[in-house]
Amino acid sequence: MILVTAVVKPFKLEDVKAALQEAGVAGMTVSEAQGFGRQGGHTEVYRGAEYRIDFVPKVRVEVVVDDAAAERVVSAIVTAARTGRIGDGKVWTTQVDDLIRIRTGERGPDALR
Amino acid sequence: MHYNSGDTAWVLVSAALVLFMTPGLAVFYAGMVRRKNVLGMLIQNFAVMAVVSLLWVWVAYSLAFGPDAGGVGLIGTLHFAGLAHMGQQVPGYHGAKAQTIPPVVFVAFQMMFAVITAALLTGSVADRLKFGAFLAFVVAWTLLVYAPVAHWVFSPEGWLAQRGTEDFAGGTVVELNAGLAGAALALVAGRRRGWPNSLMRPHSIPLTVLGGGILWFGWFGFNAGSALNAGGAGTAFINTNTATAAALLSWLVVEKVKTGKPTTLGAVSGAIAGAVGITPACGFVNTEGATVIGILAGVASALAVNLKFRLGLDDSLDVLAVHGVAGLVGTLLVGFFGTASSLGANGLFYGGGASLLAHQAMAVASVGAYSFLVTWGIAAAIRATVGLRVSREQETAGLDISLFEESAYDFESATGQRAFGAIGGGAR
Repeated sequence: MILVTAVVKPFKLEDVKAALQEAGVAGMTVSEAQGFGRQGGHTEVYRGAEYRIDFVPKVRVEVVVDDAAAERVVSAIVTAARTGRIGDGKVWTTQVDDLIRIRTGERGPDALR
Repeated sequence: MHYNSGDTAWVLVSAALVLFMTPGLAVFYAGMVRRKNVLGMLIQNFAVMAVVSLLWVWVAYSLAFGPDAGGVGLIGTLHFAGLAHMGQQVPGYHGAKAQTIPPVVFVAFQMMFAVITAALLTGSVADRLKFGAFLAFVVAWTLLVYAPVAHWVFSPEGWLAQRGTEDFAGGTVVELNAGLAGAALALVAGRRRGWPNSLMRPHSIPLTVLGGGILWFGWFGFNAGSALNAGGAGTAFINTNTATAAALLSWLVVEKVKTGKPTTLGAVSGAIAGAVGITPACGFVNTEGATVIGILAGVASALAVNLKFRLGLDDSLDVLAVHGVAGLVGTLLVGFFGTASSLGANGLFYGGGASLLAHQAMAVASVGAYSFLVTWGIAAAIRATVGLRVSREQETAGLDISLFEESAYDFESATGQRAFGAIGGGAR
């Protein structure tokens, strides 16, 4: 199994969610995040004093999928989250050793369905 | 003694309006501080309302408006201390200036000015003073700075009033005084840790906008109430609004030109600068004067906010730039725009020559210097005895938790834990 983690622009969350549902993903975890990459931060001005804000608000999306589905899910996210402008975010994958559905005790890929 | 009931009613209402400005100032300032110092700001302002109220009726009113000590116009005697002799007229108000309201109503009205002037100083030294030291400072400052300066300018027996200085509602006594006293206090107290490099963003601009709105509203009592009669209050009332509006827009224009974007904080700051600028002038000028004073007060304050970075002075919420500078501008501009067709003497632009301007400049120089120096002395004395500042640890944790064991906001996360500053209180 593969954990797909994506950090995307907040306004792209709805598009990413729709794309993942279309790709057959049965569940996802979403959290608000802050950070910076090449985009860097931004500045805010209060009474003429400029403040450099280093961390930009982002949304982190996490999905665990079958090995076979990983590539399809990754490209679904990339397509849905892309604006072509700096700050679109990143997607990465991680090997997952085990997965348990708490209610039933099902393990591995069975717990994903 | 026969009093005019309309005048009395107006001044009583005005006193209540001016009282309401201090809670307005409290939220105006509280919005600009960080989340951890919100209550520290609010309680200082509320405590000033209490401390100065008591001080005023027992001692300070008499120092400001009591019969002049020695006839030199520097300070009043204790004749009215504890509100004794309230059946007697307020000294100096004779002839055309004779008051038509009971002296005790005048006491109440002037009390609110003393309250908000001391409260203004909380903005200069936000986030770092010990509460007790701050209260001690307020007591000393009201007795040694506010009361004498009010006597010089507001009391008809004061030396500046005698010489012809015109200050309708406190451009010198309140605004310039607070600006320079705030700067002196901030100088003695020192900068906040991390200033100016670390991020000290306003935590709630909406709160500041609400506070600014309350101040604008209350300023009608402050300025138009200073006519001390209802029939003559209209000019001051409309001029206050005109200048406030003009300064709001002129501040936004400065921002647009300097940084490309107007800001909400700029709009509310501009409004306050305009109200400050017109304060000394509101009864003495016409629409022309009010508009120009508003525009110039807004521009001057908007440009002056960067001064603190050049000086390295952490005047945290810009009391010097917004109150000191706009108060200075308004007081001097009375010398140009004062017109006898409203009230008082003619200024330079209305055929009065330079003499009014000279009286205004003398008031600015003497009030400014006295305020700065004596405030510096009071602050230094408190710093050397009980100390002014909270500890480094307290300052980092914020005044709300470290001095008062309270938090302004209780944002709970989905798990029911506090989103910040979690402390285990459940077992008590």
